[in-house]
Amino acid sequence: MIVVNTEYLPGMSIVEVKGLVQGSTVRAKHMGRDIAAGIKNLFGGELKGYTELLVESRREAVRRMIAQATDLGANAVLNVRFATSSITAGAAELYAYGTAVVVVEQA
Amino acid sequence: MSETASVLVGAGVPVILLLIVYLIGRAAESSHLARLDNDERELADIVMSDLKRLPDNWRATDLHLVTGVAVIATDYFKVFAASLRNIVGGRVWSFETLVSRARREAIVRMLREARDAGANAVWTVRIETATIQGKRQGKSGGVEVMAYGTAMKVTGG
Repeated sequence: MIVVNTEYLPGMSIVEVKGLVQGSTVRAKHMGRDIAAGIKNLFGGELKGYTELLVESRREAVRRMIAQATDLGANAVLNVRFATSSITAGAAELYAYGTAVVVVEQA
Repeated sequence: MSETASVLVGAGVPVILLLIVYLIGRAAESSHLARLDNDERELADIVMSDLKRLPDNWRATDLHLVTGVAVIATDYFKVFAASLRNIVGGRVWSFETLVSRARREAIVRMLREARDAGANAVWTVRIETATIQGKRQGKSGGVEVMAYGTAMKVTGG
């Protein structure tokens, strides 16, 4: 499965457009009672635990999007974009969406 | 004599501790900025653009999505400096470095992922920013930046 955020693939042509596919995860965007985060609020610096949470959320959202594309019979997802939106005060949704297509090598 | 001494110690110790914590925070920030300068120089040969189309005479292979993400925490000193700024207005320099660090780190990580795949260009780069709430409602806990694009091996440029 080719996954790109460009609108086209050089050297390949789109044979069929399967449609919009998406994947999303909801994660906490609140530091809560995390003691380590409290210490970070003194020194500053990177919140490594939170970064890993975000990386895992993003991977899962992309995985779900690819699963949807596979179900439709596509072999590539083009023009992938990410969007973040607040659900409640403590949660944010990471939304990945793109266009699932069937591509072939240009003759 | 001992009374004034104990008052001085009572007031001085927390101030000194605060000063030490502040200096450690600033030192960590400047060492991070130095590391960023280094990493950016090392990855400077990878061409980056937010354009959607490649130039006509370029040939590209091995296209795939690459991403980089960074989350940087806000510390109390930055919030204090920002609140002072709120009195007179103007640039909030303490927060500018915070956002700049997160963005540069996210871009460096995205370029590193592209480098690991052997790519020499990253196209259609997009940057998403979101805030993280602190432990109390309305307080800034930190900022997260995600940079993503399509890495490719380009010839003919």
